[in-house]
Amino acid sequence: MLELKNLHFTVSDENGEKHILNGVDLQIPDKRFVVITGPNGGGKTTLARTIMGINEVTSGQIIWNGEDITSLSVSERAKKGISYGFQQPPRFKGMRVRDLLEIAAGGKLSHAEACSYLTQVGLCAKDYVDRDVDASLSGGEVKRIEIASILARKSPLMIFDEPEAGIDLWSFARLTETFKAIHARRESTIIIISHQERIIRLADEIILMANGNVAARGDADEIYPQLMGLSIAGCNMLEVDQKC
Amino acid sequence: MLNDIQKHILEVVSGMAADAQGAVNIRANGKRAYHSNCEGVRIESKTDKEGIDIIIEPGVVADHVYIPVVVTEEGFHDVVYNDFYIGEGARVTINAGCGIHNCGSCDSEHDGIHTFHVGKNAVVTYSEVHYGEGEGEGKRILNPQTILYLEEGARVTLESTQIRGVDDTKRYTKAVLKGADSEFIVQEKLLTHADQRADSVMDVFLDGENSSCRVISRSVAQDESTQTFYPRVVGNTACFGHVQCDSIIMGNAKVRSIPEISCNHVDAGLIHEAAIGKIAGDQILKLQTLGLSYEEAEEKILEGFLR
Repeated sequence: MLELKNLHFTVSDENGEKHILNGVDLQIPDKRFVVITGPNGGGKTTLARTIMGINEVTSGQIIWNGEDITSLSVSERAKKGISYGFQQPPRFKGMRVRDLLEIAAGGKLSHAEACSYLTQVGLCAKDYVDRDVDASLSGGEVKRIEIASILARKSPLMIFDEPEAGIDLWSFARLTETFKAIHARRESTIIIISHQERIIRLADEIILMANGNVAARGDADEIYPQLMGLSIAGCNMLEVDQKC
Repeated sequence: MLNDIQKHILEVVSGMAADAQGAVNIRANGKRAYHSNCEGVRIESKTDKEGIDIIIEPGVVADHVYIPVVVTEEGFHDVVYNDFYIGEGARVTINAGCGIHNCGSCDSEHDGIHTFHVGKNAVVTYSEVHYGEGEGEGKRILNPQTILYLEEGARVTLESTQIRGVDDTKRYTKAVLKGADSEFIVQEKLLTHADQRADSVMDVFLDGENSSCRVISRSVAQDESTQTFYPRVVGNTACFGHVQCDSIIMGNAKVRSIPEISCNHVDAGLIHEAAIGKIAGDQILKLQTLGLSYEEAEEKILEGFLR
């Protein structure tokens, strides 16, 4: 179980303080498939990064399987079973795809295992497994390798930040099948930040975030109409000052 | 006969066991310690100066030619001349390299001067590893020079690696691609630490029509060390050249990278790229999310970079 208690994340700049997360309270039971969605700037990525420990919360608590992990480092949280797929993953000169997958898996992988993770993200394994994760790969390729690294990690909590961004339509269809299959095996809790209806439709629960807090939560049928309303007709709901 | 320290160094610099088969010449503290020839490959000691001639007959295929050098005496200054004559159409892999073990307070130095005459359509991979160890205050100094002349269609890959332990190095590489369609690839990997210093100067002359070269230099400068790279490529005919120097800088190190390309012909196409920078924060972060500590992440990134 993942519990977030009154999470605040505040940044200061020349215009004063900005509250990115505004007292988020959330409980996500084990093996759930949750999609966090909502307008840009609503706090989705920040929330995901605070769970991984990349952003340090200003106040509040993060409880993972009954343990308060709020003060743990990124590496420590990773070892506790939390993983995070970056929206814009970095490239590494000289590091092969296989090396990255093995670091993720925490040990040697057989050729067949390494290839299976790549196949699951729609990459032809034999073309990629020995390639470097460097600038010779396109944005979409790096993104899919990033997702493969999370699959290889097999952690009990997988967080994906906009996995669809930069991925072509055909590969995206393959990817949604992969998420569906992981969920069907009930191996992990899956949190995906996404705007894609196909992913939203797969989830057990949708969390709508706006203005740094949970605006609504429910299943796809409940939330989807609200979401469409928010993003098209009712955009004033999303503005802090109610002007649009 | 070699002692255990010498055997260890041998394995590091040339990846060979002390009883390796093939054509072998081991030089230890300025003397020939072991020698064997194989079919089509002759290694002969020079009579006028220190060093050997390595003669590869035309058409020979030889994957196992080892000519490592080991220096374990403190204060030893070794200068050696090795000349390679690679026959037409031969295909050969040569493992050289030098290791110094210096426990004393005097400097130990090895200067290897290697000259290659690469015949028509011959294919050569020349791999050299430079390595130093020992706790003494005496410096471990290596100043290799590699000079190459390539005939028509000849292809040479020079893999040069120096990872830790060498206090001072001035390396010079010169390649003259005389023949048409000849190709020269340099893969240089260098890691310096503490207050080490490394200078690498290269001159590549693309004289043969459609000749090409690629210089790929990767380096890591740690602590207080300093590195200077000076790869120069001159295109004198229709040719192609690409120079790529990437350095990771850490601690208080200093790196200078000065690639120079000169075109003396309208159809000469030369490119250079040089980049120096620290390890990107998002790379470390990514590996931390996979469970590595900061130090482990840094090590993995450097390991890949210098692979």
